[in-house]
Amino acid sequence: MNKSKPKPLTRTSRRQNHFRPQLPKSPTGIQGLDEITGGGLPKGRPTLVCGGAGCGKTLLAMEFLVRGATQFHEPGVFMAFEETAKDLTQNVASLGFDLNELIARKRILLDFVYVERSEIEETGEYDLEGLFIRLGQAIDSIGAKRVVLDTIESLFGGLPNPLILRAELRRLFRWLKDKGVTAIITAERGEGILTRQGLEEYVSDCVIVLDHRVSEQTSSRRLRVVKYRGSTHGTNEYPFLIDEDGISVLPVTSLALQHIVSRERVSTGVARLDAMLGGKGYYRGSSVLISGTAGTGKSSFAAHFADAACRRGERVLYFAFEESPSQIMRNMRSIGIHLQQWVDKGLLQFHAQRPSFAGLETHLAMKHKVINAFKPQAVILDPLNSFIVGDNKIGVHSMLMRLLDFLKTKQITGLFTSLISSGPTLEQSESSISSLIDTWLLLRAVDSGGERNRGLAVLKSRGMAHSNQIREFLLTDHGAELRDVYVGASGVLTGSARLTQEAQDQAVQILQKQEIERRQIELKRTHQALEAHIAALHAEFEVKKTESLRITGQEQAQGAQLAQGRLEMGVSREVDVIAKNPMRRAK
Amino acid sequence: MKAKRARPAQPKVTKTGRKAAAARLYILKLYVAGQSPKSVSAIANMKKLCEANLQGRYVLDVIDLYQQPQLAQGEQIIAVPTLIRKLPSPLRRIIGDMSNTERVLVGLDLRSEA
Repeated sequence: MNKSKPKPLTRTSRRQNHFRPQLPKSPTGIQGLDEITGGGLPKGRPTLVCGGAGCGKTLLAMEFLVRGATQFHEPGVFMAFEETAKDLTQNVASLGFDLNELIARKRILLDFVYVERSEIEETGEYDLEGLFIRLGQAIDSIGAKRVVLDTIESLFGGLPNPLILRAELRRLFRWLKDKGVTAIITAERGEGILTRQGLEEYVSDCVIVLDHRVSEQTSSRRLRVVKYRGSTHGTNEYPFLIDEDGISVLPVTSLALQHIVSRERVSTGVARLDAMLGGKGYYRGSSVLISGTAGTGKSSFAAHFADAACRRGERVLYFAFEESPSQIMRNMRSIGIHLQQWVDKGLLQFHAQRPSFAGLETHLAMKHKVINAFKPQAVILDPLNSFIVGDNKIGVHSMLMRLLDFLKTKQITGLFTSLISSGPTLEQSESSISSLIDTWLLLRAVDSGGERNRGLAVLKSRGMAHSNQIREFLLTDHGAELRDVYVGASGVLTGSARLTQEAQDQAVQILQKQEIERRQIELKRTHQALEAHIAALHAEFEVKKTESLRITGQEQAQGAQLAQGRLEMGVSREVDVIAKNPMRRAK
Repeated sequence: MKAKRARPAQPKVTKTGRKAAAARLYILKLYVAGQSPKSVSAIANMKKLCEANLQGRYVLDVIDLYQQPQLAQGEQIIAVPTLIRKLPSPLRRIIGDMSNTERVLVGLDLRSEA
């Protein structure tokens, strides 16, 4: 493993970078962070974690230690410069970390460094050997592999002579490296620079910046790996969550469009809609958008899909942003879809939250977390556009893109509904997300003849032959029902117009049937008539034939008589016998 | 740890012209790190200073943190050398090699900060 100092990479070898031996890393155990950093923090080196107040530096550092102690058999030392051991223990207990127990088992050592400026008088040269001894003692006493210094910068406030401090801190970080411990040093974010005291100059192997910002009155936490020497890393800002399980970072931007797609098809839950989509329904793992104006039945189609998936024994996660689960279930009962049974069986899970509950990133992060926990085969977001508040379309687009990439890599079918404003530009209003969608169903209300009727069209469906027709559908007490297509002079007929057309068609059909019957009878009659005619002709022929035979017979008889008469006459006259009878002459 | 010196009898005499505080017993602990130049000079400076200013009413313990590293945590030592004035209260910390006699005296409340 002599690759710690990488050789200049050729183009080909750079591409195969993931397969090369990498810098040894120390896994943090923090969900997502290991993915971004390609395995964890640099082992045996210090890492700088900086950010403003309340952005989660201490927690990240603490989780690194706790996970190290509990999951990776690496005891850790936490040196706190700001909070007392008691405060820290209480603070992280709310996240499920039992520090007292870990301390008792000597997996973690907490040391609170108390520095009070007013008590300190400087009387000449000094160094921080005391800190070194203290840290060394702590590390050795539990065999620590991980160290956290939180927030060492506060020494600048507590001790005079920053020049000495800087020199000593530089020595400390070198010393930590020599000790071979993986360290996290936290620091406050400074004006225009990463840290107030410019610690990034000393700790430069790995720098992680945390951020907590508020936009549109909703806050979101983000994490970014600014620098990671000797390793590739994700460079984006990643949202992260702090909840009862600690920190979860969500590497929600997939690096490549390389997800494997399925050829398997899943039913939409409406047989005739399946037929419209090449006879089989959606592709598994594809993204489906059902958009439509208010009250066109978007949620009903979503419920159908959920119901069908649960019926196949799949797990479905339903994110509702405007209705409560019980409201959805009650409403769907009215069209004969019983979702409660799937909830009871644990196949269907609802997550209802207002979009304004948190920022987009936080929402996305929560979705990731829930999806990872529940492992569904299908996810429903109903409705998507409630996220669009004001002018954050770009944000929604990027959120959706990352969510879709995530779902696709996991081969989860995503079904989204979207409320659109009516108008001639239905398609355009959703152009921002349409490129992300594989199958797009458009539901619309068709106004005609004083009624509103529901129509459905497949706007697009990638990779399958699909119907181009606008179909009317009804929401009956046993679900959505697609009707036959009736095209009139002014387009597709719906509602009463369709019923009228249906009646007319029936009348025409009866008429046609009668006509056919009539023609058949006539044909039969003609046939019979012809038959009779043929029989008559036959009879006539027979008559003629007999007649003809009779005449022939008479003529023959006459001929014979004539010849006889002549012969007799010849005999009587004794002439011309030979001429008349050559045979007789030869004799 | 060096043997603790016997505590001298509490001086009864209160000399006039001196601050009352100066007459009290001083318990001082000097934390050093081995034989580093700063430590050596701090020990020498402190001994000289105590003899000159606190003769007969002080206890000076010199503690080598290399020998007793566990004390660093208990006493909240970061900088070395550190002199801790245990008594009289309030607790004071004086860091450095004690070469600046004036500041040590100020730190020990033996001289008001002029």
